[in-house]
Amino acid sequence: MTERYDVLVVGAGPAGLAAAKAAASHGARVGVLDAQPRAGGQVWRHDVRHAPARAARKAMSALDGVDWLVGHQVVATGQQRLLVEANGKPVSLDYGSLVLATGARELLLPFPGWTLPGVTGAGGLQSLVKQGWPIAGKRVVVAGSGPLLLAAAASLRRHGAQVLGIYEQASSQSIHAFARQLLRWPGRAIQAAKLRAQLAGVPYHFGSWASVARGGDRLRTIELHGPHGTQTIACDHLAVGYGLVPNTELASLLGCALGGHGKHPQVRVDELMHTSVDQVYAAGEACGIGGLATARIEGRIAGLAATGIDAEARTLMTRRGHERRFAALLQQHFSLNPQLYQLATPETLICRCEDVPLSALDDFADAREAKLATRCGMGACQGRICGTALNELGRFPRESPRSPIFPARLATLASADSSHSDLDRGL
Amino acid sequence: MTAEQVRLMINGHAVDAPIGASVAAAIAMLDVHVRRSPSGERRAPLCGMGVCFECRVRIDGIAQQRACMVEAREGMQVRTDD
Repeated sequence: MTERYDVLVVGAGPAGLAAAKAAASHGARVGVLDAQPRAGGQVWRHDVRHAPARAARKAMSALDGVDWLVGHQVVATGQQRLLVEANGKPVSLDYGSLVLATGARELLLPFPGWTLPGVTGAGGLQSLVKQGWPIAGKRVVVAGSGPLLLAAAASLRRHGAQVLGIYEQASSQSIHAFARQLLRWPGRAIQAAKLRAQLAGVPYHFGSWASVARGGDRLRTIELHGPHGTQTIACDHLAVGYGLVPNTELASLLGCALGGHGKHPQVRVDELMHTSVDQVYAAGEACGIGGLATARIEGRIAGLAATGIDAEARTLMTRRGHERRFAALLQQHFSLNPQLYQLATPETLICRCEDVPLSALDDFADAREAKLATRCGMGACQGRICGTALNELGRFPRESPRSPIFPARLATLASADSSHSDLDRGL
Repeated sequence: MTAEQVRLMINGHAVDAPIGASVAAAIAMLDVHVRRSPSGERRAPLCGMGVCFECRVRIDGIAQQRACMVEAREGMQVRTDD
C-alpha cells in the first residue's frame, strides 16, 4: 500500500503537531505518523486517569484534514518515500516534503544494579504510569538531572506514588544560578513554581545521585551519594534519567548533516528548519534539546517552510531564538558531573540486550570493533541505550545507523523494492 | 469489569486494565516478570517509550513486541518470559 502526502510529518509530539497544523492550514495534504498508539509524543502522552493539558487538547483537536498514522514505525527510507510498518504490515509513504519531529530519548547511564526490575528512566516511569502502570502507594526515588525530574515526580505523585525525594546531580550553586536566570522566561518560571507547589513536602537534593541499586530479582534498596556522604534507602522504584538525547537515526539515514556542540549528534538546520537534504525539514528536540516551547515554535516554522510559506515562517525566527537561548542555559547549568561516568564497575552490564559488561569493552576504541568482538550494541535496541551511554562516558561514539532503523518483520523487509535503496545497503 | 476497562489474558490469567493502558502496565498489575536477558537475568521496562526493548513479550502469537507501545485490548493474549 502506498499513500502520498504533500507534507509528511514524523512524530506526533508538540513539534510534529505544530508542523502538521501549520501545513494543513495552508491547504497541504498532511500525514502525521508516530510509532506510539496515540498522538501527543512524550510531553503530551495520553494519560489514562487524567485529562490532557489544554494546550495538548487544542493542538490535537484542531487538525481536521490531517491523516493520523499512529502505530506506524519507520523502518527504512527511499526516494522521497518512507517504508513503514503498521499493525505488522508494510506501508509505503511518499512525500513532497518531510518534517522530522522525532523528539528525544532519555540519557540513561549505567551503574551497578541498573538492570534490576524497578529501575527505570525518570521520564520512563512517568510514561509508564500515564499508561496505567500501577504506582499508587509505591515508594519512588527520582534521580538524575534536569527539569524533567520535577515534571516526572509531579506526575508520579498525582498518580498516588509516595515520592521519597528528588536527587539532582547538579550542584545547588548551579541550580540557584539557573533559577535566577529563569526570570527572563516568565512562562517557564511560572511553570517551575507550579511544579514546586505540586511537590510540596518532597525533598529536592542537589549534588546527589543514585550510585548503586540492590535487590535479588527486583529493586529493594538504593545507595545515594551526596555532599554529606552516602546513605542507603529502601524503595520500590528508582526513576533515574540524566537528561535527553536527540533521536537522529532517521535524519542520519536520510543523509541529513548532523552537528551540535554537545557529545550527542543533533540535526543541523537553517533558520527555516531546512536540513542539508532537499525537501527534508526538522524541528524540536531532534535539532537539540530545547523543550516544549522551542518544539512548538520550530514545528510551526518547519510546517510553513515545508509548504512554501517562507515569509510567514520568517516572522517566527525571533521567538525561536529566544527559546533556543533558554535551551543553552539548561545545558550550561545541568551539565553532568564527571564522577557519574565512574559509577559503572567492570562487572556492570553496559549492553543490556546482549549482557556485555564494561570490562569486555576495555580493549576497544571503536563501536564497530566492539560490536564484532563482544556483540555490544547488536541487540534489539540497536545500541540506542548502550551506544548513547558509551558515547556520554567518553568511550567511543555510536555507529551511524543503518536500515532497518527499528527491528521489523521479515514480510516488511521483503516488501521493500529497489526504491528503498538504503535497505538494500543495510541488508 | 466496568465499561471503562478491557479484559486481556496474560500467561492465562485475566487482567482488567483501563482503556488506553499499555500491555506493559497490565503485566505490572499482575506482577509477573516480563523477560529474561541472554544470561537469565530478570528484566522489566526501562525507557517506557519504545527505545530500550526490555519489555518485549508475545502478543496474540507474535513475538518480540514492545509491551509499552501496545495498548491493551479486549481478549488480547499475552505471554511473558517467552
